[in-house]
Amino acid sequence: MTNHKRFAVSGVMVAALAVATAACGGGGTTTPAGAGETTAAAEPVTINVHTFGGGENFGYDAAVEKWNAEHPNIQIKYTNLTDRFEDVYLPQLLQRLQAGSGAGDIVGIDEGAMGLMAARPQFFTDLGEHGLQDRKADFPAAKWEAGVNADGKLFALGTDIGGMTMCYRKDLFEKAGLPTDREEVAKLWPTWDAYLEAGKKFQAANKDAKWMDGPNTIYNVILSQEAPKNGNVSYFDKSNQLVLETNPAVKTSFDWVQKFSQQGLTAKLQAFSPPWNKAIKGGDFATMGCPSWMLGVISGAAGDENKGNWDVAAVPGGSGNWGGSWLAIPKQTKHPKEAAQVLNYLTGKEGHVAAFKEAGAFPSSIPAQQDPEVAGLKNEYFNDVPTGEIFAASVKDLQPVFLGEKHAQVKTSVEKVLEGMDQGAIGYDEAWTKFVEAGVKAAG
Amino acid sequence: MASSPAADATSLPPRLERPFMTLQLAPPRHASGRRAAPRRRMARFDIKGMPYLLVSPYFLLFAVFGIFPLVYTLWLSLHDAELAGDRTFAGLGNYAELIADAEFWNAVFNTVGMFVLATVPQLILSLVLANALNKRLRGRLLLRLGVLLPMITSVVAVAVIFSQLYSRDYGLFNWALGLVGIEPIAWQNEKWSSWIAIATMVDWRWTGYNAIILLAAMQTIPKDLYEAAAIDGASARRQFWQITLPMLRPTIVFVVFISTIGGLTLFTEPVTFEGEQMMTGGTTGQYQTVAMFIVEQAFRGSFEIGYASAAAWLLFVLILIGTMINYFFTRRIGGAR
Repeated sequence: MTNHKRFAVSGVMVAALAVATAACGGGGTTTPAGAGETTAAAEPVTINVHTFGGGENFGYDAAVEKWNAEHPNIQIKYTNLTDRFEDVYLPQLLQRLQAGSGAGDIVGIDEGAMGLMAARPQFFTDLGEHGLQDRKADFPAAKWEAGVNADGKLFALGTDIGGMTMCYRKDLFEKAGLPTDREEVAKLWPTWDAYLEAGKKFQAANKDAKWMDGPNTIYNVILSQEAPKNGNVSYFDKSNQLVLETNPAVKTSFDWVQKFSQQGLTAKLQAFSPPWNKAIKGGDFATMGCPSWMLGVISGAAGDENKGNWDVAAVPGGSGNWGGSWLAIPKQTKHPKEAAQVLNYLTGKEGHVAAFKEAGAFPSSIPAQQDPEVAGLKNEYFNDVPTGEIFAASVKDLQPVFLGEKHAQVKTSVEKVLEGMDQGAIGYDEAWTKFVEAGVKAAG
Repeated sequence: MASSPAADATSLPPRLERPFMTLQLAPPRHASGRRAAPRRRMARFDIKGMPYLLVSPYFLLFAVFGIFPLVYTLWLSLHDAELAGDRTFAGLGNYAELIADAEFWNAVFNTVGMFVLATVPQLILSLVLANALNKRLRGRLLLRLGVLLPMITSVVAVAVIFSQLYSRDYGLFNWALGLVGIEPIAWQNEKWSSWIAIATMVDWRWTGYNAIILLAAMQTIPKDLYEAAAIDGASARRQFWQITLPMLRPTIVFVVFISTIGGLTLFTEPVTFEGEQMMTGGTTGQYQTVAMFIVEQAFRGSFEIGYASAAAWLLFVLILIGTMINYFFTRRIGGAR
C-alpha cells in the first residue's frame, strides 16, 4: 500500500530506461482482435487514463504514444493526477465515483484500496462483458483474484507487482566485516533468525549506523511471506471478519519486528518520511526490505553519489509480494467498449514491458515476465544486479493473499503502533495489546 | 479615571441610520404622470433594490460555500455515511459515539493544549513588542514592517522549515542541544515536545501580526491622557497598566477571538510537522488536532464522512465555548469591572 512512493523512481534509472525504450520500441503487436479496426467515419473517441505516483509513475508514456499512432479513432489521454495515493488520489476518486462524473475512463488503483473498491461493485464496469475474462491465464492467481469484486465480476486487471528482495549497503557491510557479494549475503541470511544474528554482529561492529531502517518495511516483508502460510489472509478472513488477533501470520510478523527493535537494530525511522530519505542517502542503516518498486525509491533518495553502494540480495524467508496496482473502468464512462480495448492493451504484454522499461514497475503479466527484455534487464545503479531474473524468481510461487475491504485502514493504524513502539512512545509489554486495539478500532 | 474613556471608545455614535433616511426622501413625490412611471420605478428600485443587488454577490457566494456546506454537514452528521458508500439515518448516533471516543477527546485535549501553549506567550509577547514599537525608535518604520515579515511567509514554508529545524537526526535544535550535552530529542515522539515545536511555529508567524494590530490601537489612545498622568506623577509602567491596557481592551478582545478561532482550527503546522499527510498526528496521536481528526475520519482510511461531519459540528461548538470563555476572561483586563 505504501507504494504510492514507489514511483519516486530515480532519475538515473529512469533516464537509462527511457533511452532503452527509445532504442528498442516496436516489437510484436499483441493488440486483441478488433481493437485495431478503424471505421473511417467514426468520431475519434478519447479515453482518459488517470493514474498516480511520482517520477515515472505507471510508465505509460511510450505505450500511449504507440497506441495513439496506431489508432486514430481511439486516442488515449494519459494523466498522472498526483504522486500521493492514500491521501489525495483515493479520496478524490471516491468522491468522483459518488458524484457520477470526473473519474477517468480508466483509473489506476493501488493494492491497499483494492478491497475497498471490490466492495463497491456498483461503480465499475464488468470487464467480462468486454471479453477480458479470457486474460486469466496471463496473470498469477493472486493478481487475478484481487480484481474480482463482491459480485464475482472481473472489474480490474493487474499492472505491476512487488516481488521481494533485500537491499543492503555494501560499504557498511564491508566496514562491519560482513560479506559484500550478493550471493554470499544471501547465504548469510537464509532465515529471519540468521538475519537477526547477522544484525547483532553488524551492530557490535558498527556504532554509527543501524542494521535496518525502522519497523514497517520489514514488517510488511515478513507479513507478505507469512500470510500465504496461514490461509492466505492477513488482517481479514475471506468473509471480511477481522482476524488480526488470531492470525498467526500477523503475530509472527509483529514478534519479529519487536525483537529487532528490542535488540536496538532499528534506526527508528518512519518509512517514506523525509528523515528516512535522508538516512538512505547518508548511510544511516544497512539493510531494507525491497519490493521491486523500492529500488527506484532507494536510487532516487540515495542519489548519484551513492551509486554502487547499495546492492540487492535474496530476502530471508522466501518469496512474497508487497504492493502493485490495477486498472479498472468506472461505470460512469461513456465509452466502456473502447476503454476496455485500451485497458486490455495496457495490461497486456506490450503495455507491461513498456512500463517496466520506463518506470521499473515489475510486470504481473506472466508473458511479460518471460519476455527477454524483462528477464534480461539489469539495474546499473545496484552494481548491475539482474533485477529481471531476481524478481521473476521471487514472484514465481506467489499465493493470492486476501485483503479485506478495510485492509488499508487497519494496516495504517497498526503500523502506527509499531512505529510508536519502536520510537519508545509505546512500551514493548503493552505494544501487542495496543496493536490489536488499533486494528479493531480501524476495522470499525 | 481611565475607565470612562474606554467605555466611550466602544460605543458608536447613533448616527448611522440618518443618510438612508434622507436618501429615501430624496425622489420628489410630485414628479408623477404616466410617462414618468417606469422611471420612477427605476428610481425606486435604485434606492430600495440596488443595495441588495450590490451586496448579493457576497451572500450568493456565502450561500454556496458557507451556508450549504454548513447545512449539508449537519445533515450528513445525522447519517452513518461512508464516502462513495452506504448511507443510513443514524440520528444523533455519531455524536454519541464521538463523545465516547477517546481519540476525539485526545484531539480536543491536544488542540486546547497547543492553543494555550501558543496563545498565552504570543499575546504577552505581542503586547510587549507593540509597546516597544510605540516608543520613539530609530528606524521605527523598518522595525514595524519587520515584525510583519513572518506574516507574509506561507504557512507551509514556515512549517517545513521548522520541521527541519526540529528533525531528530539532522535538526538545528538538536545540534544546539548537543553542544550543551543534551541527547537528541525525537520532537514528534512526546506530547510536550511536539506541542512546543508546533506552538513555536504558530507564534513565529502570528506574534508580529498581533503586535501590529495592538500597535495601531495604541496609537489611537489620546496623548493628553499620558500627559495628564505624567503631570500627576505616574511612572511609565503605571501608565501602561492604567492607561494603555484598559484602552486596548476592545482590540485585545478582537485579537483573542481571532487567535481562539485560529488556534482551535490548527491544522497546517501539525500536518506539515508530521511529514506524511495521514493526519494521525504522531504514532499515538501526540499532536493530532481536531481539524486533523476530522480530515482523518472523512478522507483518510476509513472515509466515515458522517462521523467526520459530526466532529466538525462539535468543533464549532468547541470554538463557541472557547470564544465565550475568552470573552469573559479578557473583559476583566485592566481591572475595570
